[in-house]
Amino acid sequence: MATRGFTGRRPGTEAAQRLPPGQYQTHDFPVLSMGPTPSVDLASWRFTLSDGPRPLASWSWREFENLPRTHWRGDIHCVTKWTKFDTSWEGVGIDELFAAAGVAPPTGYLLAESYDGYDTNLPAADLVGGRGMIATRYDGAPLPAEHGGPARLLVPHLYFWKSAKWIKGLRFTARNEAGFWELRGYHLYGDPWREQRYTDDP
Amino acid sequence: MSARASAAEPSRWRDAVIERVVRQTPRVVSVFLRASLGRHQAGQHVDVRLTAPDGYQAQRSYSIASAPGREPVELAIERLEDGEVSPYFHDVAQAGDAFEVRGPIGGHFVWRPEDGGPVLLVGGGSGVVPLMAIERHRAAAAPATEALLVYSARTRDELIFRDELLDRRKSDRAFTLVLTTTREPRRDGVDFDRRLDRALLREILAGWQPAPRHVYVCGANDFVEAVTGALVAEALDPRIIRAERYGGTT
Repeated sequence: MATRGFTGRRPGTEAAQRLPPGQYQTHDFPVLSMGPTPSVDLASWRFTLSDGPRPLASWSWREFENLPRTHWRGDIHCVTKWTKFDTSWEGVGIDELFAAAGVAPPTGYLLAESYDGYDTNLPAADLVGGRGMIATRYDGAPLPAEHGGPARLLVPHLYFWKSAKWIKGLRFTARNEAGFWELRGYHLYGDPWREQRYTDDP
Repeated sequence: MSARASAAEPSRWRDAVIERVVRQTPRVVSVFLRASLGRHQAGQHVDVRLTAPDGYQAQRSYSIASAPGREPVELAIERLEDGEVSPYFHDVAQAGDAFEVRGPIGGHFVWRPEDGGPVLLVGGGSGVVPLMAIERHRAAAAPATEALLVYSARTRDELIFRDELLDRRKSDRAFTLVLTTTREPRRDGVDFDRRLDRALLREILAGWQPAPRHVYVCGANDFVEAVTGALVAEALDPRIIRAERYGGTT
């Protein structure tokens, strides 16, 4: 059904190929969050891997900064429909994190948990094999608080609500437990290329 | 999933027919539409999809301004410079035109009568739209619940729903309205004409008296960042503050 009088503004050929269905390109860096930006003190910051209630490994900010670093450059996609091309991130890869802790994922699923009480669920397989990192720098500078600093999860192949801001840990769960947005109408997995925005999307 | 399929299922695109388009301000129109959407909660939004003759489609999200259960559903749409979808609603759309909608969407920035109050609503520019749905719903479904709307715009002519809000200020004892215009002097001694910073928020909250139980802040990112930061600095519990933002950093 065409909308009378709507012509639209088509992206160029290259941009069209890089945009998942229903997305448009933005040049700024939109900010979205459920509430106030928390202020996270580096002196008390810790990042913790847990198996349910049981801590597996934990790092202070200084310890975390000494872990091997990784870089990623590419496109990010928000469920609110913006896509930003060629973003540049630096942090600690999840593979390297597990290696440093000397652990293998004890279950197939986890919750990424944040300092503001936010959480989001992911299959563990989506974070390994170079597909996920705990990012502490964006575009060559420390990650600004509005964008999740001092540290956020980066899982760019999923909608960006999965890349939890102000992250404080990863908690392995026996089942795939819905997180904050997943309990409020958003898709359990969130693949932008399959346009998995909302709960009932296939 | 099919077992749970219902009229309220948000993932289906549905036809929407425009009943009328009403200019609210130089930059905002209200689009009243008929669509078989499920009943929304105050504060939710819908996704809108427009289709060009060659099949090209564009999607955007717009907040619902009308109270739950009211027909037709009202969206209030700000014209964005360089926008792709909002100019269609400003320059082309008229009664009888059709597009697609999906929703209602969003389960966090919502208020239900059973949530109670007092409710603090803080809006900047077109950020007032979902707050208007909350205020309209409160007035209709929980009129004894106290609410304060603090609404900042550049000028008086850019205040969306201005006349309705000024009428409510006079007629509804549970509703308090404080306007602030950042580029024009105030007209009323209860209003302000400066940026909504921590000092002004403190002054407004002191004048209102009730301690807010639920807080909703919506507007451009810089506005929401400043207001939520100020409210936390004024010792409000961050867990009672819900935020919705548009725009971001460069």
